[in-house]
Amino acid sequence: MRFAKPGVYFWQGSEACAEAALVAGCRFFAGYPITPATDIAEHLAKRLPQVGGIAIQMEDEIASIGAVIGASWAGAKAMTTTSGPGFSLMQEGIGYAFMTETPCVIVDVQRVGPSTGQATKCAQGDVMQSRWGTHGDYSAIVLSPNSVQEMFNLTTRAFNLAEKYRTPVILLSDEVVVHMREKVVVPPVEKLEILNRRKPKPGEKAFFGHEEVPPMPSVGEGFNVAVTGSTHDEFGIRYTADPVVHRRLVERLNGKIQNHVDEIAEVEAYNIENCKIGVVAYGCSSRAVYDAVDEAEARGISVGYVRLKTIWPFPEKVVRGLAETAEKIIVPEMNLRQIFYEVARAVGGEAKVIPINKIGGGELITPEELLNKILEEV
Amino acid sequence: MSEMFSVKKYLRDLKLPFCPGCGAFTVMNAFLRAVHELGYGNLEKFVFCSGIGCSSWIPSPYFLADSIHTLHGRSIPVATGVKLMRPDLNVVVFGGDGDIVGIGLSHFIHAARRNLDVLVIMVNNMVYGMTGGQVAPTTPFKAKTTTTPYGSFEHPLDAVKLAVAAGANYAVRWTTAHPNELKEAIKKALGLKGFRFIEAVSQCPTAFGRRVGFKTAGEMVKWFRENSITLEEAVRLSEEDLKTKIVVGEFVHRQRPTLIETIYAIVKEAQEGG
Ligand code: SF4
Repeated sequence: MRFAKPGVYFWQGSEACAEAALVAGCRFFAGYPITPATDIAEHLAKRLPQVGGIAIQMEDEIASIGAVIGASWAGAKAMTTTSGPGFSLMQEGIGYAFMTETPCVIVDVQRVGPSTGQATKCAQGDVMQSRWGTHGDYSAIVLSPNSVQEMFNLTTRAFNLAEKYRTPVILLSDEVVVHMREKVVVPPVEKLEILNRRKPKPGEKAFFGHEEVPPMPSVGEGFNVAVTGSTHDEFGIRYTADPVVHRRLVERLNGKIQNHVDEIAEVEAYNIENCKIGVVAYGCSSRAVYDAVDEAEARGISVGYVRLKTIWPFPEKVVRGLAETAEKIIVPEMNLRQIFYEVARAVGGEAKVIPINKIGGGELITPEELLNKILEEV
Repeated sequence: MSEMFSVKKYLRDLKLPFCPGCGAFTVMNAFLRAVHELGYGNLEKFVFCSGIGCSSWIPSPYFLADSIHTLHGRSIPVATGVKLMRPDLNVVVFGGDGDIVGIGLSHFIHAARRNLDVLVIMVNNMVYGMTGGQVAPTTPFKAKTTTTPYGSFEHPLDAVKLAVAAGANYAVRWTTAHPNELKEAIKKALGLKGFRFIEAVSQCPTAFGRRVGFKTAGEMVKWFRENSITLEEAVRLSEEDLKTKIVVGEFVHRQRPTLIETIYAIVKEAQEGG
């Protein structure tokens, strides 16, 4: 069997992620075991060789992201999977990938932290780490699935965005979404949009500038490409003294993401034009939204929601738009307020922003809890 | 080899960053001479990975070739990804002792264990040169550095022996006082498979030499020459006497199955079965 045949499957989130990666063209995986991300690695270890790809367990997370970067420069679509503590170890490499414009996908399956915390339990504590984990000024693309189907869809999207913008993309999942089993519809491969990095033409040389997203050669193609994490000019040559060269480079790297927020930042929006109460939710805790909203509507309360399928870059406009009608916006999160402040910032005082936070033990925010908050606030 | 050797055809037109008298020049020269003598007219079939430190600048961006100048200590993992996806390319890692066996030590051991098909050339100047002369894992016992002003209280690491113990297919040590042996070792290593390790003991006149009493780079090279002892001779010396010597020569040359052979056999099997 090469790829999952089109059809309906009953998959775990981990399987959906791994199978989607194969369909998206991933041919290299390097990772280090960590709960609850290991299932994805195990699935890829079995499946990648079947499609001619390579999966390797490295000595640690630092080596894993390094190998992914090397594989990407060798022309492969490459990914790694990890969870909070391993994600922390990868941050230096993620910054390197950003600076060198190396497309790759990092799946962070969140668990309860800080530190080893509760390694087998679900949480959403890495939201800010996924945005600001590495040092310096950079912009991350971070996607947040809330179902097994979305694990499939957003994994392929993560590869597409990585290739299109030549940047690392983080799929910020969580223990619940990765471990639960749900129906997944796999469309025929021809129906899926699969993007590949733009390759340079013979004689081209500026792989780190001139264009917003420059073409990317692979090693061994005769381009003599110099890749460095140090500040470099458009030809990849180190240039560490000149402020202008650094500004030009880093502003472009940030700009190529921030100038395309509308295209990158995908949301699911419901009834945002007339609602009295708004909800902004993402990932596993957003699963409570549907039932809570139905219940609220049954009681005659108009609730609308924005579900962030992309957390970063933050879909600011849509969230601000919600505040045009909603007087109050509730933000349920399995952390102690990570997106809450971002929503408050986007809303700029136009609506009252109300957090619901729950951490520890992997306990999800239930529809009842969300409904009660909605009822409290009307 | 009829064509005259000139480093120029392998280099970008940039000014080299090394201090006058630095051993990195010797290692660079030995490498480029080796590829020239092997008949490579250019470096197209090579990919260079390096980390952070003076010797990581040997290939990047100076070699007219594909080079990936990675994070400190992470050149071997990056080389792993490159080689696994492009087994047809010669992947060569350059780095210093701090980069390869300080921060990057575990990658070094695991790559040797896996018998990853890369050549690692470690320029051992016994100090952190680029950051100004701090103690390194290879600093001799009692040597003064900026972070060991009273003398190093740690014992140095023998990277070649470690490579042998971890499973490298080829491991040698020479010094910058042995440019010809170094070049020959590089030539030999480029023709082999699996994990190949070359340690080049090198002078850092700027951040180490002068602090331990050498007035010039030349004095240090002379010291290397006088204190080097071949493996064959070394067997006659006691461990105590060997402490002040640099043991040079070929420590291992064997043919364990390599990572590329093993992993691609599995991929082939899985594809046929799948
Ligand atoms: S600091 Fe030492 S190792 Fe670095 S270039 Fe100067 S002499 Fe060479």
